[in-house]
Amino acid sequence: MSSPKNAPALKAPNPFYQLTREPLLLAAVLFLLVLLGLFILYPLFEVARMSLTAKDGSFTSEVYEYVFTHVRYRKAIRNSVLLGVIVATTSTFIGYVFAFSLTRAGIRWKKFFNTMAILPIISPPFMFALSVILLFGRNGLITAGLLKLDVTGLYGLRGLVIVQTIGMFPMAFMTLSGILQGIDPDLDTCAMNLGAKKGRAFFTVTLPLSLPGIFASWLIVFVGSLTDFGNPIILGGDFDVLSVQAYLEFTGMGNLARGTALAILLLVPTVAVFFFQKYIMKNKTYTTITGKSSRRGVVVVGPVVKNILFAFCLLFSAFVLMFYITIISGSFIKLWGINWSFTLEHFSYSWDVGLKTMRNTLFLALISTPITAIMGMVIAYIVVRKKFPGKHLMEFLSMLSYAIPGTCVGIGYILAFNKAPFKLSGTAFILIACYVFRNVPIGVESGIAALKQISPDIEESSTNLGGDSSYTFRNITLPLIRPSFFAGATFAFVRSMTAISAIIFLVSARWNHMTVLVLAQTEIMRLGVASVMSFALIVVLLAVIMVIMRLTGLKQSQIFGTTK
Amino acid sequence: MSDTYLLLNGVSKIFKDGQGGQVRAVDNVSLKIKKGEFVTLLGPSGCGKTTTLRMVAGFEVQNSGDILLEGRNINNVAAYDRNMPMVFQSYALFPHMTIFENIAYGLKVRKVPKDTIRNDVAQACQMVNLTGLEKRYPGELSGGQQQRVALARALVLKPQIMLFDEPLSNLDAKLRIQTRSEIMRVQQMLGITALYVTHDQSEALSMSDRIVVMNQGKVEQFGTPEEIYAAPATPFVADFIGNANFINVTVRKDGADTLEVEVQDTALMVPKSPDESYGEGEELILAMKPESMDICDEETGFTGTMELISYLGATTEFKIEFNGTFLTVIHTNTGAKDARKFQTGDRVNLRFEPDAFQVYRS
Repeated sequence: MSSPKNAPALKAPNPFYQLTREPLLLAAVLFLLVLLGLFILYPLFEVARMSLTAKDGSFTSEVYEYVFTHVRYRKAIRNSVLLGVIVATTSTFIGYVFAFSLTRAGIRWKKFFNTMAILPIISPPFMFALSVILLFGRNGLITAGLLKLDVTGLYGLRGLVIVQTIGMFPMAFMTLSGILQGIDPDLDTCAMNLGAKKGRAFFTVTLPLSLPGIFASWLIVFVGSLTDFGNPIILGGDFDVLSVQAYLEFTGMGNLARGTALAILLLVPTVAVFFFQKYIMKNKTYTTITGKSSRRGVVVVGPVVKNILFAFCLLFSAFVLMFYITIISGSFIKLWGINWSFTLEHFSYSWDVGLKTMRNTLFLALISTPITAIMGMVIAYIVVRKKFPGKHLMEFLSMLSYAIPGTCVGIGYILAFNKAPFKLSGTAFILIACYVFRNVPIGVESGIAALKQISPDIEESSTNLGGDSSYTFRNITLPLIRPSFFAGATFAFVRSMTAISAIIFLVSARWNHMTVLVLAQTEIMRLGVASVMSFALIVVLLAVIMVIMRLTGLKQSQIFGTTK
Repeated sequence: MSDTYLLLNGVSKIFKDGQGGQVRAVDNVSLKIKKGEFVTLLGPSGCGKTTTLRMVAGFEVQNSGDILLEGRNINNVAAYDRNMPMVFQSYALFPHMTIFENIAYGLKVRKVPKDTIRNDVAQACQMVNLTGLEKRYPGELSGGQQQRVALARALVLKPQIMLFDEPLSNLDAKLRIQTRSEIMRVQQMLGITALYVTHDQSEALSMSDRIVVMNQGKVEQFGTPEEIYAAPATPFVADFIGNANFINVTVRKDGADTLEVEVQDTALMVPKSPDESYGEGEELILAMKPESMDICDEETGFTGTMELISYLGATTEFKIEFNGTFLTVIHTNTGAKDARKFQTGDRVNLRFEPDAFQVYRS
């Protein structure tokens, strides 16, 4: 044991070592922290400040007291939570069945079901609401046309559960298929080897192991439903929810303080879920991969169950598909429910009214996408590979905007950027900033995942052979993270094109967004035009995705990270 | 010393242990390595051998101490300027490059002309039997082939010194032994100085000119394989290299170069260094090599109970309960049924060869 005499004096490791040695890194870190602070924290701060400031500028909590004591708002809170709980449950159930069927049951038509489970992600936010009106509304094809019913109960909870479930089960599906693929099929085989029947193996091994994933997906969908704006504004009827109330108070009634208070009420649960996911669930996931697995695609269900699963997936996919067919048909029908004759006039009208907006929407999305993807990758690289104080703050800030409801962001940007020194409202810049900082977590997350897969050995090996850090980054790291870079970019693009809850506050006559335009058309019951525009939006989205896939050689599964 | 090629002088590395404390991963290590020498850093996982190697390569910066190459201090030379190609445990091949591009990588970084690159890569491929695979990607090769690509990628730089971080641990047993001799052949042919990390004592014994046995960040012993095997300096080395058995003994009488100790009330003569002297009644630890012990039919005064018999072909391994501890004895089989005449539960007599012993103060 070394005596203190021969133990050399040891310098404490300097935490700023890397920053002081690499001025470029220091500059990047400072620049990114300022940007994240300005475009993520500052608007939030403004929302909170507005909700707590009385007319004379003093601190007050009376807005919250008002909100909590008035039936209208209390009901909106209750409704939002109720809707969230129901939709989270139904979506997670359907997502699990799909994920299980596709990863474990070896059913037919996997590719088709996979596509059906991803399609809703690349659809405009309230496209299903529109479809549901066309199918089940007062003049709906099925309700009024086929069944001759006079339906009024569609608007509200029932309709919202249907459309949000269809819109959000893909989120559950993607989370859960990741989890299920991580569970070694050998475990099932082993359970059966130990005497468990197939069903028992599922309920004692696979299901318990996927519980953390089920819980995570439930929370993700719950937050998604809570912060959804597009569907409830169309289909809500007198079923008030928080996001719509916040919007109406803030823009319609000019009651800024009450709008911000409602936005903060939305923020609290989403941020709580975010923290919960990030810091509590993180250690709760099971690691099942130990030793070498045979990784055979074991089919762990019997033929009867397999057929039931197939039938379920088929029925639900048909249901989803019906909504798309409805929108396409709606584009060609003169007056849905009343005059069923064929027409192209919705197209010519949409062309006149919507072309400029479509161009602007596409333009802004195409500008903000590379910025988002590059910024996300740079943050990911710094966070994964560099050591410096403030690194965790940077990761936290860049992921935080995942947790902020769009309504909150929209209101925050209006409050923060309508006055000097940051007078941005009405410009294209505010929309680009909104897209970039709303979507940067996608880039960061896919970047972190990609970088963690590249073992540091490979980069060290390049250094060892003589490449300095910029040579190594260009020749080794960059080519290896290329697929996830483009996957992240594609996702960011989709989200920019289908955004609504934040940007509805930020659009202007000069810079409008397609989704806002569709909403306006739906509100004045020009359902044919709304259908055409939704349809067009999907076509443009698919075309761009196709071009990205062609140019980069990426596959659908690489972009949406689902079953192969 | 003029023939010292690589010198480590009092090198230490501290890591944080996650609870705010500090761990001395490498603790005041000093080594002098000669040109062309094959030196192995040997020890259990966590002993600091890989950290030492990574400091030589420049991936870790030591908290104190100096590293000198040919008398020149390289503390502040960046990893990419050290010109010490390393073979990684994971091989660390670039998955998006062909075998040719992988091997040519270091030459390209050095801006070597294209023709020279082509010649040198071809030569390196030939040296490690990779010719014909240049256009493949690493994912299309077997583990053994990948390993040879990693070797070629380092050799192509015609280095004076090479670093190896457990390069064979991902190969199966047979290939591992083949590759051992392949590495030794190339290293001797080119006169490369090699610093080699492993936890496998037979690998270390068979390949090295000298071995550094490390434990808990410190050097336990630095010597030739023969020295380390025959005269382990510490109980740790005796255990790690020779899987020695340890028993407690009491000194009866100290002699010039032997020591009389007592076990089970029977005297046992043990060789010792003439410089050491021990007091009567002193408690010592006696280390015994399993292969220098045997069981026999004659009375020796040392008896134990047979607990386990493992037949291994050329040898048989016995576990024998003796004096409250378990001893491992390796018996060389002579006839087909030689070792089979014993059964578990038998009382057996133990015999020791004189060189079986090494004493340590407890």
